[in-house]
Amino acid sequence: MSERFDSAPALVGRPTQPCEVLFSDVHVLDPRAGIDRRLDVRVCGGVIAELAEPGTLSDTDGPDRRCELVEGEGRHLLPAFFDPHVHLRSPGQEHKEDMETGTRAAAAGGFGAVIAMPNTDPVIDSAALLRSLRDTALREARVPVGFTAAITRGLQGGELTEMAELRQEGVLAFTDDGRPVASAGMLRKALQYQRLCGGVLALHEEDPSLSAGGSMREGPISAALGLSGIPSISESTMVARDAELAIYERGRVHFQHLSAAASVEAVAAAKERGGAVSAEATPHHLLLTEEAVRPLDTRMKMNPPLGSESDRLAIVDALRSGVIDCVATDHAPHAREEKELPFEQAPMGTTGLETAFSALYTHLVVPGLIGLPLLVERMTAGAALFGLPTHTIAADEPANLVLVDLDGAWVPGEQGFESRSENCCFAGRQLSATVLMTVAAGSIAYRRRAFSVVGA
Amino acid sequence: MSMSHLLSIEDLDRAAIERIVSQAERFAEVADREIKKVPALRGRMVLNLFYESSTRTRSSFELAAKRLSADVVNFAAGGSSVEKGESLKDTVLTLSAHRPDVIVIRTPWVGSAELVSRWCNAAVVNAGDGKHEHPTQALLDVYTLRRRLGALDGMQVWIVGDVAHSRVARSNIIALQRMGAKVTVAGPPTLIPRDIEAMGCEVRYTLQEMHRADVVYALRMQLERMTDSLVPSRREYAAWYQINSRRLRPRQLLMHPGPVNRGVELAGEIVESPRSLIAAQVEAGVVVRMAVLYELLSGARPAEKPSLRPAPEPQPA
Repeated sequence: MSERFDSAPALVGRPTQPCEVLFSDVHVLDPRAGIDRRLDVRVCGGVIAELAEPGTLSDTDGPDRRCELVEGEGRHLLPAFFDPHVHLRSPGQEHKEDMETGTRAAAAGGFGAVIAMPNTDPVIDSAALLRSLRDTALREARVPVGFTAAITRGLQGGELTEMAELRQEGVLAFTDDGRPVASAGMLRKALQYQRLCGGVLALHEEDPSLSAGGSMREGPISAALGLSGIPSISESTMVARDAELAIYERGRVHFQHLSAAASVEAVAAAKERGGAVSAEATPHHLLLTEEAVRPLDTRMKMNPPLGSESDRLAIVDALRSGVIDCVATDHAPHAREEKELPFEQAPMGTTGLETAFSALYTHLVVPGLIGLPLLVERMTAGAALFGLPTHTIAADEPANLVLVDLDGAWVPGEQGFESRSENCCFAGRQLSATVLMTVAAGSIAYRRRAFSVVGA
Repeated sequence: MSMSHLLSIEDLDRAAIERIVSQAERFAEVADREIKKVPALRGRMVLNLFYESSTRTRSSFELAAKRLSADVVNFAAGGSSVEKGESLKDTVLTLSAHRPDVIVIRTPWVGSAELVSRWCNAAVVNAGDGKHEHPTQALLDVYTLRRRLGALDGMQVWIVGDVAHSRVARSNIIALQRMGAKVTVAGPPTLIPRDIEAMGCEVRYTLQEMHRADVVYALRMQLERMTDSLVPSRREYAAWYQINSRRLRPRQLLMHPGPVNRGVELAGEIVESPRSLIAAQVEAGVVVRMAVLYELLSGARPAEKPSLRPAPEPQPA
């Protein structure tokens, strides 16, 4: 057996035809590459071949004459987004989502790659299960998928998984997402074992003794509705505890879906002390608050729950300052009949892949709360946190691109979803910015279909 | 103006509460007659759908419907297809095929009455949705107090006990304030929800200032709260929060939604005292629910609206 931990490819997708495209007169925005202007971009064989002044490249003068011409007319070409936190529900819960529908949703949202969570049925906690899932991705994934495995067998919190073997089979991270690692002793062992095998420990932070029975954030709305509340300290005390453990063990941890101001403070403090910690925030925690739960819409039931307005503002600030490193959707599809239940009975989670960019653009960039370059940076930063190359728009880079129309208007759900599920917290809201085309790992993964009916 | 459902006290302004209470007063005259029945809702069907055990609420809805000459169907979740795993939605759609005019629903889940109102054409009455609301209880409490005191304006009402788990408390905090009363909730800190002040009430953790109250409304203290460590013991709860003849002043009125745990939230001797309105509350239950059913059905006939779904085809046995 190889003793290397980078032998298996980290990202797996369905093999596809490399694309030949000329993006003519597009506004290229890649904050890391320092590009923010109109250019022509030629993609040959799935690789970015050249960037040139607008109007200087032609679809007939390239090395391959079958090149597709995309007239950009100044629309934005961005590095394709990266989502380090999605639930593709495969294996075992394909009535909610599967590898194909989930990655189709990712492509439609402009994501060039995603990382799948292991809380499936069965839980991904052995190399055999992981290999089978990788095979599924090789057949079905429309965009490359990275994998994670559980920290503890069956997410039970009792025994560590065979982390070293799982790393050799290509997992990027370990996580019991959906549940916390409740025992500090267990997480400490995982952090120690991480010195052998590497990989990130991605943590869903929740103290079950504080959150048990709760279905929304504790506060004035839960008091008025009579719903048992999940207090913000359920998350923040665990973030503080685990940051302390990670610093002590010199481990690498990533805090998932922060929802509380005190959690953000704990992450900032850990970073100041030099801890190898990173954090993500979801579009729903960046844009919505517990107020959205008042009508008892089960699409607004998620874990962690939506917080107060001051929590939301702290998360937006942290995204801006970099205390929160990246955006992650926590795309969590559930079947209609599972969500069509009284609030307390409904499962937690909202879908997010198809709406993430538009929702954040509409509600953070348009009102001037953060700039578009920063949003693009935060929507692509997840890759590096998990040891993957960052999508970049530069010659000789693999084409991971998204073409967006910032002036496009749409209402999520009106034309259905690519996801198998429709439990989207932004459904029915008027949003700006549409994804026109996504190129993932050199292949066209999504193309917006435009139908126009001509009257007789 | 007529309402189409009674899902929450939130939906009723002071005028609507007064209208229902006044209608209940007119029905109270009927209750004093030898023949207690009026034909107001003849030919209408009231469906009682109860996912939780209930004695007084269900029987008073049933009695209220019968006094208005409506037909009543009782559906209890125990012994039904619910036990076979049927969802609330499917149960409601199935029962809707019988075209009830009113569905009275109680469940242990917040918001269930509102969901039901979206799934069927019947007028829906919330008879308790988890820890959220119990609007007809609040209406009958307002009715009872108005009969005794005339008006509630400026009255001090203390709601004492397990506020966290009480739908009665939530509906009354809203209803009593709408009627002009000032509400204070008091109880063990573990049983007073954080931020409940946002509903406009004051919060106390002892009964020291309870002498200011005009009305003391004791809540039922469920015995399982002791096992959840929300209060250390029955003895300690009673020592600090029990309403007894020492704590209740002669001019103060006592209310309780029932059923009473004698010796826990109320001392036994106080239940039947002249200051107790507990029996009057039960009596009010029927006439107030008559008024609610009448209010819902005296307007447009919901049965004439087209059904959302056709009746299911009969299946061969």
